[in-house]
Amino acid sequence: MPDGGIGASNKRREDVRFLTGKGNYTDDINIHGQAHVHFLRSDIAHGKIKRLDTSDAEKMPGVLRIFTAADFEGVGGIPCGWQVTDRHGNPMQEPKHPVLAEGKVRYVGEMIAAVVAETPAQARDAAEAIVLDIEELPAVIDMKEAVKDGAPKVHDELESNLCYDWGFVEENREAVDEAIRGAHHVTTLELVNNRLVANPMEPRVAIGIYDQASGDHTLYTTSQNPHVIRLLMGAFVLGIPEHKLRVVSPDVGGGFGSKIFHYAEEAFCTFAAKAVGRPVKWTCSRSEAFISDAQGRDHVTKIELALDEEGHFLAIRTETYANMGAYLSTFAPSVPTWLHGTLMAGNYRTPLIYVNVKAVFTNTVPVDAYRGAGRPEASFQLERVIDKAAREMGIDPVELRRRNFITEFPYATPVAVEYDTGDYNATMDKLLEMADVAGFEKRLEESRKRGKLRGLGINCYIEACGIAPSNLVGQLGARAGLYESATVRVNATGGLVVMTGSHSHGQGHETAFPQVVADMIGIDPSMVEVVHGDTANTPMGMGTYGSRSLAVGGSAIVRATEKIIAKAKKIAAHLMEASEADIELKDGQFTVAGTDKSVAWGDVTLAAYVPHNYPLEDLEPGLEETAFYDPANFTYPAGAYACEVEVDPDTGKVEIVSFCAADDFGNIVNPMIVDGQVHGGLGQGIGQALLEHAVYDENGQLLTGSFMDYAMPRASDVPFYKVDHSCQTPCTHNPLGVKGCGEAGAIGSPPAVVNAVVDALQRAGHDVTHIDMPLSPSRVWAAMQQG
Amino acid sequence: MYNFEIERPGTIEEAVAALAAEEAQALGGGQTLIPTLKARLAAPAKLVSLAGIAEMKGVRSEDGAVVIGGGATHAEVAREAAETYPALAALAGGIGDPAVRNRGTIGGSLANNDPSACYPAAVLASGATITTNTRQIAADDFFQGMFTTALNDGEIITSVSFPVPQAANYQKFEQPASRFALVGVFVAKFADGVRVAVTGASEDGVFRWSEAEAALSADFSADAISGLSVSPEGMIGDLHGTPEYRAHLVKVLTGRAVSAA
Amino acid sequence: MTKVSMTVNGKTVSGDVEGRTLLVEFLREGLGLTGTHVGCDTSQCGACVVHVDGKAVKSCTMFALEAEGAHVTTIEGMANPDGSLSALQQAFQDHHGLQCGFCTPGMIMSAAALLAENPRPSEAEIREYLEGNLCRCTGYHNIVKAIMAASGQDVSSIAAE
Repeated sequence: MPDGGIGASNKRREDVRFLTGKGNYTDDINIHGQAHVHFLRSDIAHGKIKRLDTSDAEKMPGVLRIFTAADFEGVGGIPCGWQVTDRHGNPMQEPKHPVLAEGKVRYVGEMIAAVVAETPAQARDAAEAIVLDIEELPAVIDMKEAVKDGAPKVHDELESNLCYDWGFVEENREAVDEAIRGAHHVTTLELVNNRLVANPMEPRVAIGIYDQASGDHTLYTTSQNPHVIRLLMGAFVLGIPEHKLRVVSPDVGGGFGSKIFHYAEEAFCTFAAKAVGRPVKWTCSRSEAFISDAQGRDHVTKIELALDEEGHFLAIRTETYANMGAYLSTFAPSVPTWLHGTLMAGNYRTPLIYVNVKAVFTNTVPVDAYRGAGRPEASFQLERVIDKAAREMGIDPVELRRRNFITEFPYATPVAVEYDTGDYNATMDKLLEMADVAGFEKRLEESRKRGKLRGLGINCYIEACGIAPSNLVGQLGARAGLYESATVRVNATGGLVVMTGSHSHGQGHETAFPQVVADMIGIDPSMVEVVHGDTANTPMGMGTYGSRSLAVGGSAIVRATEKIIAKAKKIAAHLMEASEADIELKDGQFTVAGTDKSVAWGDVTLAAYVPHNYPLEDLEPGLEETAFYDPANFTYPAGAYACEVEVDPDTGKVEIVSFCAADDFGNIVNPMIVDGQVHGGLGQGIGQALLEHAVYDENGQLLTGSFMDYAMPRASDVPFYKVDHSCQTPCTHNPLGVKGCGEAGAIGSPPAVVNAVVDALQRAGHDVTHIDMPLSPSRVWAAMQQG
Repeated sequence: MYNFEIERPGTIEEAVAALAAEEAQALGGGQTLIPTLKARLAAPAKLVSLAGIAEMKGVRSEDGAVVIGGGATHAEVAREAAETYPALAALAGGIGDPAVRNRGTIGGSLANNDPSACYPAAVLASGATITTNTRQIAADDFFQGMFTTALNDGEIITSVSFPVPQAANYQKFEQPASRFALVGVFVAKFADGVRVAVTGASEDGVFRWSEAEAALSADFSADAISGLSVSPEGMIGDLHGTPEYRAHLVKVLTGRAVSAA
Repeated sequence: MTKVSMTVNGKTVSGDVEGRTLLVEFLREGLGLTGTHVGCDTSQCGACVVHVDGKAVKSCTMFALEAEGAHVTTIEGMANPDGSLSALQQAFQDHHGLQCGFCTPGMIMSAAALLAENPRPSEAEIREYLEGNLCRCTGYHNIVKAIMAASGQDVSSIAAE
């Protein structure tokens, strides 16, 4: 297929370098003269540092310097980017998060000291020679135990382990209680949203560089948002003004949320490069990643759904304990609140909703956003409780959903968001066709003959993407704006460079963004190049997460390109001696309406830079424009998913035999890339449902600290997926009409898998209404033994 | 890793001599040892690679037995024993992943005796004989509990001789993360009786399920064990399965192995 | 330090290594061949797969000294001699078999080894063969599809564009 504009499945141009081993990942970068750091991390979850003696270690071969907390006096803590206000109007409890542990350790993996040496092995050797004596204190791991009176405190200076007790919408609390008391039927479900480790295949890496001559700092880091790291680290931790700090994120090997956050290792390498006078590099091992990358999910929830006799939803009440880990990671407080509570209406009309979230400190690795971030937790509990309600009331689960679908838009939910567009019946209709739901009974019979239990799970999901309107999130506690930026530079001979604040770590921006620009001008996308990931040559942007790149970053590109076209039309009008109002641009040609006059795109761009015949008195030469786009609302991708499973009754092993996803992402720029995004999300959602679980023992040791015990989905665990995005209700408030597609698969799939397994077991006569994820063979088998 | 020297002897005698040095350790395919070294859980001063020893390679048939060199990789066994001992070849072809199978060796696996490894089940169920540089050891004497064997320091497994059963099959139920055996059962039917060896399940490592052997020796059918049960006592309990679950799987997999044999 | 020599992507190379130097470290740091990646330390992810004497191995679980005299092929040696993408690499691009690209070198090396052994593998055989290669981006769909396509199979009936 030749390259096309919006709607074309252009092959990815970035693939060539990745397929030939020519990618440029952070660990591939080596700076002349670099030293290496090894962090001495706590192997105790909670304790007082009684002795920390580095004197012997300092004499080890190759050691340049050993740092401890004492070296960071006067240096700020790692900041949290979002302040949540609790249900009583008070700010959350926010402990200091030091770069290196100060006096106390609070999770296994916390950094205590850092050895900078000539080689990684020498640094590690010396770290082992550090004399460390920690007095172990009782660890708090279980969230409900952690908030009991008298529980050991993770942070002595705080009142308790409760970060905040959030109620939403607090004014609805009593009305919800009343509606539930008086309802015809109430379905209650208690469940766990299992703790996960993001595990992008590329572990984190940081390289700090300091130029003594200029006083400039550079940080190479595996980040999803280099500008945010520059702001947080420069302004809040190290006190380096942005113009003296450059942050570069070259090719990044996946993020899934875990590379949004500013981590202490980044601050350390930047700081140490100046202190040591050498570039300082840190390469994380996978084992280290398991105890230092922010983890995801970890909610314990009770949800109640009240229904009338016909199955209309009357009210929803939830109570959730959300694990923050030992410190507040960058966006941690926002995940169980504004990214979760606001989605509790789902795709349904429910007049009254009350969400209570207790965020809790524990002696575990910090928890923050992971693909979907709050929205999977919302979808999971809602779609599970609806499925349970349908079974309890004897209503077909699809019919119960349809009976409650929101059908008129815009729709203001009782949880403060306004859905602009959607057609939930359309995606459900599409799904039922794709999944051949009508033929299920026949397949069930065929499975029975082979001794397998077959089940079908269907659910919907909705998410809020395109994060986010800055003034709104400012009111909600965000300490940053969430616009996106783009500079479009047109070169004299007509080629373009798009400098974007978004960051691609697998999403294919280098291919998709040119399609947008090329479509607007009517040129081949190969004339457009994308630059991203370097604060030195891109405008201040907020990066990539929350399925925002195209909806927000793409919109900024549209706005900048519109400015380019407006100016180019002025130049064209001058060249053709016509009125600007009559100039049209199509297929890279400027024409004058009603005449046969035309000038080519390249003639205009050349005139802009060689302004010999040019309206210099009215117009500056050159053709380069910047736009900052701040969205008016979130976008609301939604869809319907179906999973079919076969369960081995003898072993409890679940096989996914079919998975279908019907999504409404609004308009689509590159269908091939969108399919790939959904596939990847499904892989992770199925992983959460069947395999993945970060498990701590009562002493705070991570039992699943490597791929030997943390089960990652493999090729043989998943089927070919059927995905469709032909149902399109374009977003009404961004110029592309796009909604975002990166997280949908991970949000919609876990409830489908669990619904399917519960369905299979119930059809086989087991009295099983819920199994907590992951639905490992042993858990499914145990559930079958009990009911 | 801590640093060490690597020696690459060409003969068993040279290897034995090299292993006599202080803190020396044999290196087979390294697929378990190298990750262990990376985690700094071992600190040998010298690794003696057995990969260059020609007399420890290959798979051959000898007096009705299949003899596998201690240095034969899993991939070689999967390929070269496919006709002579298909159940053993299938087991070897299911260890780890293709890249691991291209390096990992039978000698390395047996010397390590991981309680979740596959090979010990085949060796024990087949009544194989392990030949070292100094002696021959019967399978029933070789495995002495988790990560423990009859091998002395510096002793090298040079080959393993498998009597070929009339019928055999290995059923592996994978631990979801590591893909080692959560439980694996190898059933081998010989003219003089049936042997059933179980890996992955017991805290004592690989073991023979004697009740099943007796029942199957009388009647080699899955039905023959339907009345038996396995006690969860002494079974491994961890994140991936309770002792009860593992005990249950032993029976399920034994039945499946008999049906498939 | 010990001197090690081998042939990498057709060129004879040598260097001084320690006993503990892994093959992947020699390739990345010694030879600057950074296409081979390290994604774990327990031999599971497969980002480091290379071919040693024609066989796929995890270069993070083999010492450089063990490759003395061997013929090693890395991702940098997989394109056609004129630098264009090989049929397998091209199939990965055509079918969007990669996203972040980090697992991709290992995937290509494993897939190439599979196709050498089994020129027309079934879907199930491909999924089984990729046991030791983790990908976090693609959900494996397009990787499996690309390998099927590279082996000349018609993949048009597999769902999605």
